Amino acid sequence: MTHVPDTAVATGPVLTVDDLGVQVGPVNLVQGVGFTIGSGERLGLIGESGSGKSLTALALMGLLPEGLRASGSIRLRGVPDDLLGTGERRLAKVRGRTVSMVFQEPMTALNPVMRVGDQVAEVMLLHGTRNSRAEAAAAAVDLLDRVRLPDPRAMARAFPHQLSGGQRQRVMLAIALANDPALLICDEPTTALDVTVQAQMLDLIGELAAERNTALLFITHDLAVVATVCQRVLVMYGGRVVETGDVYDVFTTPRHRYTEGLIAASDLSVVDGRGRLRTIPGAVPNGGEFPDGCVFRTRCPAATTRCERTPEWSGPPGHGFACWHPVGEDR
Amino acid sequence: MTALENTSPAARGRRRWRRLNASMLVGGALVALVVLAALVSFVWTPHDAVHVDAAHRLAPALSDGYLLGTDKFGRDVASQLLVGARTTLFVGIVAVGVAALVGTPLGVLAGMAGGWLSEIVMRANDLLFAFPALLLAIMLGAVFGASTLTAMIAIGVATIPAFARVARGQTLGVMHTEYVLAARAAGRSRLAIALRHVLPNIASILIVQASVSFAIAILAEAALSFLGFGTPPPTPSWGRMLQESQELLFSTPRLAFLPGLAIALAVLGFNLFGDGLRDWLDPKLREHR
Repeated sequence: MTHVPDTAVATGPVLTVDDLGVQVGPVNLVQGVGFTIGSGERLGLIGESGSGKSLTALALMGLLPEGLRASGSIRLRGVPDDLLGTGERRLAKVRGRTVSMVFQEPMTALNPVMRVGDQVAEVMLLHGTRNSRAEAAAAAVDLLDRVRLPDPRAMARAFPHQLSGGQRQRVMLAIALANDPALLICDEPTTALDVTVQAQMLDLIGELAAERNTALLFITHDLAVVATVCQRVLVMYGGRVVETGDVYDVFTTPRHRYTEGLIAASDLSVVDGRGRLRTIPGAVPNGGEFPDGCVFRTRCPAATTRCERTPEWSGPPGHGFACWHPVGEDR
Repeated sequence: MTALENTSPAARGRRRWRRLNASMLVGGALVALVVLAALVSFVWTPHDAVHVDAAHRLAPALSDGYLLGTDKFGRDVASQLLVGARTTLFVGIVAVGVAALVGTPLGVLAGMAGGWLSEIVMRANDLLFAFPALLLAIMLGAVFGASTLTAMIAIGVATIPAFARVARGQTLGVMHTEYVLAARAAGRSRLAIALRHVLPNIASILIVQASVSFAIAILAEAALSFLGFGTPPPTPSWGRMLQESQELLFSTPRLAFLPGLAIALAVLGFNLFGDGLRDWLDPKLREHR
C-alpha cells in the first residue's frame, strides 16, 4: 500500500475531518468538529486554553492520551482508510510521512541523549525516504540549513541542551518537514518562544510550507499569529467549532459572540472606563462542565433562554457560525 | 552560537577529562585494583594459591617469603586474595548480567505496555522480591549442588526485581515526556522508541543500579561462601577466607581482616564508580561542570 499522495493525480482536500469527537468515559471533550484543508492551504485553529484545540490535533495524529477515545471520521489524501480505527502499526507509517506535527514545548520535545542530526536523520531512515545512513545524515545537515540554523554541521553534532528554545523549535520543524508531508500540524509552535524569535519562526514555517505546497493546520490562541500565517480560521470553544471562515471576514466581521469577544480581548487599543483591557467575562469551564445547548451561553452577554438549545450551523460548512444571536442581528 | 563554540573533538575530549569527578576517580582506582589483581592472578601469584605448606602454617606476614603470611592450612594469603578477586568479579558480572538482562526488558515492557501486562509483570516481581535471596541461593545450592555458578545465578535472579522496578519507574517517566510523543508523531514504532528513546534515557540510572547491585552481589557471594553455599573449596574466595578465619579471629585477626578489607574496598569501589559514572554519562551535566 502506498501512503505517498501523488499530488499530480490526487485532487480534493488533503484532510477531511467529519463529526470528530473526543470522549473520556461519558464526557465529551470535543464534539462535532468538521473541516477540510486543501493542498497548500493554511487553516488556523483558535480558542482559549481548554477549548479542545490540542485534543483535536492529537486525535488527528492518533496520539490521544490513554483513556481518551475519538469518534467520527478523519481522512487523509493518499491514505485509503479512515485514520480512526486504523491500527497503531499502520498509523505509524503515516505519521511523520504524510502528516507530521510540531509541538508547543521545544525544550522537551527532543530526546536529550541523541545528537540533533541523528534525530533529524532517523525520521527519514524510518520512513525509507533516504537509502543510507550517510545520505540521511547529509540530508539532515541540509534540512538544518534550510530551517536557517547557523553552522548546520556543528548543530547536527550538538545535543539538544546546547541549543536555545528557538533553535530547538527549528530542529523540530526540520524533523517535521524531513519527509515532505502533505499536512503539517503546528500546535502553538511559537508560544514558548521569545517574541523576537516568534516572527522569524512564523515566517520560516510559512515559507517552507509554501515552497513544498504543504497544507498547514496551525493551532494557536494568538489571533495575530493566525492573521499572519493563515488563510482560513476555525474558532473553537468548549470542544465545538463555533465559527469558521476566511481570516479577513471572521476577524473584521465576526458573527459568533465568542469570536467577537476574542477579537475585542486581543485589541490592545481598546480599554474600558477604568483603563483596563477588555476580557471575556468568566473563565473556561473544565472539560465536561460546559453547559448544554450553546457551550458559550454561561459567559455570553447576549445569551437568552433560546440558547439552552444547541444552535444550528448557519452557512455552508466552510464558512459559517453556530449562534442563536449572532453579532449584527437583533434579538 | 556561544554554546557551540567548543565542539571540536579535542575540546570535547578536554572537557570530558576535566569532568572526571573525585568519586569516579577513587572508585575507578579501587575497581581497577580488583580487576588488576584478578588479571595478574592468571599469570602470576607469589605462591600457588591452593598449595598447602604444612610446615609454615599460620606464618606471620613478611616471614619465609610469605608477604601476608599463611592461613591455618599454610596457604599463602596474598596469593589467595589475588585469585579470590577473580571469583569476586566473576560473581558480580554474571549476577548483575543475569539481573540486568532479564530485569531491564521486563521493567521497560511493564512501563511501556501498562494495563494488565504491567500488573502481571510487577506482581510476579513483587513475589520474587519478597522471597529471601539467601534462601533462594541455599535452595538452588541444595538442588544443583553448591558452586560459584549456582550462587551467581541465585544472586542474579534475586536481583531481577531491583532492575525491573527501576526500569519500569524510569520508563513511565520517559513515556510521559514530549519527545516520546514527538517520536510517535514522527512515526517511530514502539520497539524503536524503546531502543532509541527509553533505554538511552534510563541507562544512567540503570548503570548506578548495576554498580550498587554489583557491590551487593559481592557481599552476597561472600556471605554464601561464609555459610558454605557459595564457592566450594579449594577455589579461593574472599568470603570463604573469612569463614575459615572465624575461629582464629582473636588469635590471628590478620586472616579475617585482609579478606574483609578486600571485600569492603571492592564494594566501596563499585559504589563510588557507579555514582561517578552516572554524572559523567549525563549529557545535561556535561557543560555545567
